[in-house]
Amino acid sequence: MAEAPNGESGFPVDPMHQFEVQAIVPIHVGDLNLSFTNASLWMVISAVAILLFLGLSMRGRALVPGRMQSMAELCYEMIANMVRDNVGQEGRKYFPFIFSLFMFLLFGNLLGMIPGSFTFTSHIIVTFAMAIVIFLAVTLIGIMRHGTKFLSLFFPHGAPLWTAVILVPIELISYLSRPISLSVRLFANMMAGHILLKVFTGFILLTGVLGVIPLAVLIGITALEFLVAVLQAYIFTILTCVYLHDAIHLH
Amino acid sequence: MPQLDPEFFVSQLFWLVVVFATLYFLMSKLVLPRISEVLEERQDKVDDDLARAEKLRIEAEAALTEYEEALAVAREEAAGVLKQATDEMKAQAVEQQSAFSRKLAEQSKEAEDRILAAKTEALGNLKSVAAEAAVAATAKLIGVTPGDGDVSKAVDTSMEGQG
Repeated sequence: MAEAPNGESGFPVDPMHQFEVQAIVPIHVGDLNLSFTNASLWMVISAVAILLFLGLSMRGRALVPGRMQSMAELCYEMIANMVRDNVGQEGRKYFPFIFSLFMFLLFGNLLGMIPGSFTFTSHIIVTFAMAIVIFLAVTLIGIMRHGTKFLSLFFPHGAPLWTAVILVPIELISYLSRPISLSVRLFANMMAGHILLKVFTGFILLTGVLGVIPLAVLIGITALEFLVAVLQAYIFTILTCVYLHDAIHLH
Repeated sequence: MPQLDPEFFVSQLFWLVVVFATLYFLMSKLVLPRISEVLEERQDKVDDDLARAEKLRIEAEAALTEYEEALAVAREEAAGVLKQATDEMKAQAVEQQSAFSRKLAEQSKEAEDRILAAKTEALGNLKSVAAEAAVAATAKLIGVTPGDGDVSKAVDTSMEGQG
């Protein structure tokens, strides 16, 4: 996120620089590059922040919660309700995963708003890895629960049989594109927002005194980005719940 | 776009798995049980309090009913006592009144008797005075002294005629 002067274009800020992964502790195992990078660092920071936030705020175990405990309980109950409403009673055992997922994305997105930090959710490889794991897990759960009946997911119940020719490919494609849409939605939102912030920062530097105008816009965009950070974590989580519901209840 | 540079793909995946697996493990084993415990505890406490409040309410209602019953009984009792006292007082008043009127009647009767006696005596006196006066007047007028029997008869006759 450090501002690198981009001499070629004359634009004072390189908006893509913030996404560059840099090794902090280079680790190479055989041919594999397992270096601890700035992205890894912020993953660790997010996880630690989540554990500290939830651990410390619930330490009092107060009957009447204070501010921090209320926030922790609010997160817990929001996701608990989401799982109950979208997946149902069978979703209880997946709750720890979905809650961890939501908190990880939320903290990743929000900590990415700190100037100079690294937003690991703005990397397609990270979001796609999560999405594909969720996709495979959900598919596996569906097949294990329903066996071959799981395939009825690709043919809407009650439709005339001949429509299968059209409907099955459509449903199949829409099903297979789930991990892509899920991961690209998060990654693109985070990346676009952060680029926008950098571009407007560049405008401020370019326009001098008139920079107050892009500054005002920047403030607005920053607020919007906080909203997007929370919203995208929420959307990713709720879509996971919806996919899980499909696998468990088959529509 | 640095995101598409495959140089750190393996590193990203590796650390994502490590960090998220650790986070998931700690969440499911430590953090979430604690939160759900606190929430359950609170729910239990709230339910418990509600149950106790309901019990107390029923008790309070019972106490109120009891109190109202006791109040009604006391009211009845008080009315009884009041009635009794009134009756007693009435009876006493009647008795006193009758005693008083009896006494009054006695006294008036006594007085009447006395008056009657005095009247009789006065009338007796009047008779003898009238006889004497008649004797004296007769003697003076005709110089005859009538006998006592004639005089008293004449006086009686004239007094009867007077009423």
